[in-house]
Amino acid sequence: MRSGTVYTETVIYSAPEAFLADVPYQTAIVSLDGGGRVTGRIAGERVSIDDRVVEVEERGGVPFFRKA
Amino acid sequence: MRAVAVIGIGKTPFGAFADRDLRSLAVEAGEKCLRNGHVEPAQVESFYLGNFAGPSFVGQNHLAPYVSTALGITGVPSTRIEAACASSGSAFFHAWSEVAAGIYDIVMVVGVEKMTSQPTARVSQILAEAGDCSGEMKAGSTFASLFAMIARRHMHDFGTQREHLAAVAVKNHAAGALNPDAHMRKTITLEQALKAKPIAEPLTLYDCSLISDGAAAVILAPLDRAREFTDKPVRVLGIAQASDYVALDQKDDITTFPAVRRAGEKAYAMAGLKPGDIQFAELHDCFTIAEIIATEDLGFVKRGQGGPYAFEGCTSLHGARPINTSGGLKSKGHPVGATGVAQVCDLVLQMRGQAGERQLKRAELGLAENLGGSGATCVVTVLGAA
Repeated sequence: MRSGTVYTETVIYSAPEAFLADVPYQTAIVSLDGGGRVTGRIAGERVSIDDRVVEVEERGGVPFFRKA
Repeated sequence: MRAVAVIGIGKTPFGAFADRDLRSLAVEAGEKCLRNGHVEPAQVESFYLGNFAGPSFVGQNHLAPYVSTALGITGVPSTRIEAACASSGSAFFHAWSEVAAGIYDIVMVVGVEKMTSQPTARVSQILAEAGDCSGEMKAGSTFASLFAMIARRHMHDFGTQREHLAAVAVKNHAAGALNPDAHMRKTITLEQALKAKPIAEPLTLYDCSLISDGAAAVILAPLDRAREFTDKPVRVLGIAQASDYVALDQKDDITTFPAVRRAGEKAYAMAGLKPGDIQFAELHDCFTIAEIIATEDLGFVKRGQGGPYAFEGCTSLHGARPINTSGGLKSKGHPVGATGVAQVCDLVLQMRGQAGERQLKRAELGLAENLGGSGATCVVTVLGAA
């Protein structure tokens, strides 16, 4: 699984209709160790910019990361 | 290339109008504009409609002739432009291109959006379709969350504070309270802005623009014919449209908008002006951080200084360079497809001395910046008293 560093993040309280059940949830743009960035969800503990994260699963094409 | 002037303007009030449909709003703005410019529908040679998501919001497509024929404009090219929240800025750019190139003389642009017939979560979903639906939006992003992530990084890189963001909201509400056509005519305090409910951290409710219904219209003509129609023409001194990646995660640095910088540089060059020459501006404050970054990307301040610039009052109605004297998207409202043309109307009102309680003493050189999505489209227009 991929790993990387949090480039930026937010916690969402007002969601589109498809995500209303998940509120609040954290999304982040992760700078991947192999290069490039990806937008994913954060599972578990909240993360901040520069935190190290690892990918724990992929759901419907969306990577979920957890604090390393 | 011919010099081009704005010869007529017209707007509806912005707000939540349960009894109004998209076409009636567009027609109201269009008819006001035709009267304002002393133009007959039969004189309009080409028609542009700026609209982001009429098909999703109200279930109607083929919108340009749907609106133009209702204005009595028939037979001529009638074209809809979609560029997210820069839809009518882009429509204005293309209308200007036709007049500047000498293809047509009298070209009309109407921008319209009817948003409030849908619940907020549905509106968020429709707006999200202006992002990258194969990546960032699939992860549950909203536009507020994309700009929240931009704000977080700007705070991290430059020390921008929550108070700086809130100051933009307070300032724009103060101006909007004086605008009879604004959606939310109320002043707010810094404390109210800071303590409002979170939307996407660090943005609160007051960092976000409004979900509005409304329409705005302008008519363009060659400068050398402008006085056939109006004794108060306003000249388009410079204009440019630029583009960038749709997905935020494809950008190297999300604390700046390359499309804003590029459009600004080209518009300044066409006008033969420098950022310091601009006396006042309507900037795309879809979220407070967007106005802060726009002041940096347009060269009003150095990178990273946009927060203190707003907080210190430099951009307030009585500041050195007033920004969003209309109240901006924050307080005037943001019917997304109407916004770009509405910004032009608001600059023209100031330049004609018709801005009422918001009237500036110096309003000869103004700039409008209309941003689409999280920066994938930008149109910058510099206007000057003709």
